[in-house]
Amino acid sequence: MIILEDVHYSYDGVYTALRGISLQIDDGERLAVIGANGAGKTTMMKHMNGLLRPQKGRVILDGQDTKYMSVAEIARAVGLVFQNPDHQLFLDSVKKEVEFGLRNLGFTESEAEQKRQKTMVNLGLEGFTERSPFTLSGGERKRVALASVLSTEPRFLALDEPTIGQDAHQKSLLAQMLTEMNKRGRTVAVVTHDIEFVIENFPRTIAMADGQIIADGSTSMVLSNDEVIERCALALPQMTLAARALRNVFPEVGQRLTLLSELEETIMGILGGA
Amino acid sequence: MALVEFADFSFKYLGADSLALKRITLTIDEGEYVVITGPSGCGKTTFCRAINALVPQFHRGYVAGNVYTDGKNTRENEVATFASVAGLVFQNPENQLVTLDVEKEIAFGPENLGVAPNEIRRRVEELIELLDLEELREKHPHEMSGGEQQRVAIAATLALKPKVLVADEPTSNLDPQSAETILEIISHLNKRGMAVVLVEHRLDLVAQDASRIVLMNKGRIVADGDPREILAMDLCEEIGVGVPKATQVYKRLRTRGVELGTVPLTGVELAELVQEATSR
Repeated sequence: MIILEDVHYSYDGVYTALRGISLQIDDGERLAVIGANGAGKTTMMKHMNGLLRPQKGRVILDGQDTKYMSVAEIARAVGLVFQNPDHQLFLDSVKKEVEFGLRNLGFTESEAEQKRQKTMVNLGLEGFTERSPFTLSGGERKRVALASVLSTEPRFLALDEPTIGQDAHQKSLLAQMLTEMNKRGRTVAVVTHDIEFVIENFPRTIAMADGQIIADGSTSMVLSNDEVIERCALALPQMTLAARALRNVFPEVGQRLTLLSELEETIMGILGGA
Repeated sequence: MALVEFADFSFKYLGADSLALKRITLTIDEGEYVVITGPSGCGKTTFCRAINALVPQFHRGYVAGNVYTDGKNTRENEVATFASVAGLVFQNPENQLVTLDVEKEIAFGPENLGVAPNEIRRRVEELIELLDLEELREKHPHEMSGGEQQRVAIAATLALKPKVLVADEPTSNLDPQSAETILEIISHLNKRGMAVVLVEHRLDLVAQDASRIVLMNKGRIVADGDPREILAMDLCEEIGVGVPKATQVYKRLRTRGVELGTVPLTGVELAELVQEATSR
């Protein structure tokens, strides 16, 4: 369990990135953190794995104040994947990159090899073993960064924008992997702008703006809040826009259309009645 | 003469077991807005790098065939030759910014190419206005939001007066509203006559701006044409391309015998087509 208690943080003493963040994440949860660029999402995630320490307030990991823990200790429990994979990747082959963390955690060479291979298959990275990460595309580098953390299967996964550069297929591979890890008891927190990814995979959503939490609850509740849509700089999904445009002409169209099949049936209904 | 011409071009990275690009042949003309899409690893990024000679001159490997950008062979001319023809913008603007303020950032490229100081000053002012950077003048790039950094990166690229803007997923690190701003800027540049090559997975954001979609899979071009025609093809789903939701609904209706006529790209277009169908 991770608890943040009134966490404040400023990078330069002038601009305050976090202004009193309080939240609790229970073991086995799946949650998304949304918000505009600069809302403090990444800063908050960095507090969860000890890369940043609160200037005021506390971060408590499994009952222990992280003030008294080393980054290495925290990192064993909390794996963070950065938004920009280039901040994370530094070795000259994908194999070395993904096995590095595993070896550091004390896995034998053959265990590391086995875990790496399994993760690479799960993330669609077969065939990249000997490639230098720097010849890969942004989306591929992102998956290498994800693989290097996911392969260690930490108890708590904190992923900053994991779907960047991923196509529909890769996104579903990732979602599947996160769901399976979650079923095995891992806690998963993602920062993302990808609202469809949130709706499809995360029951809880935390919305941030200007260094504060402005909403925290079930995903459907948080996303139906107009203030959240506005302050988190979200774009309404095309499904919602279609439903709204239809409702202007056909008042019988329901307020809550989120699934493709619902929109399809609604249109069939409209055309059938014409 | 085509602005960019791929003539049976293939490329394999050192250490890779398969070709990143396989016998690519296509031309891009002035004024086009070409969206390149396809599943991850299909060769989109390599395609962009090949336009300005980063492939094969910076990223080395096996090469066959040729690419001519502005009529010059990318295998036979220095990379610097192409900097003022094809301007590249990447996913992570912070990897691209090199100096400490907006004016210096925009001036950096032309200074390196030996452009006269008066002309550089003129371009800097023009781009600050075009990309609405006035309020960022005094800001350090690392104090800027991702969207602001990307606007500066685009300005720095445009300062070299390229004929084609090549943008490799320029909005994927941005929040949806900043992404929209960047795409509006790119569309505006295209309307002013600049050719655009844009790599993007999220076709619901860009399909309506594009004059052409090139679909890639496993290093090959598998479809190339009008956005509505391309997105209506079942091939998109087969290879895992994210078809806009409105187009998906259109396709589902089509399998049930409902023909809406035009292929919609946005939710609003879909709603309009349904309305037209009921009033017929």
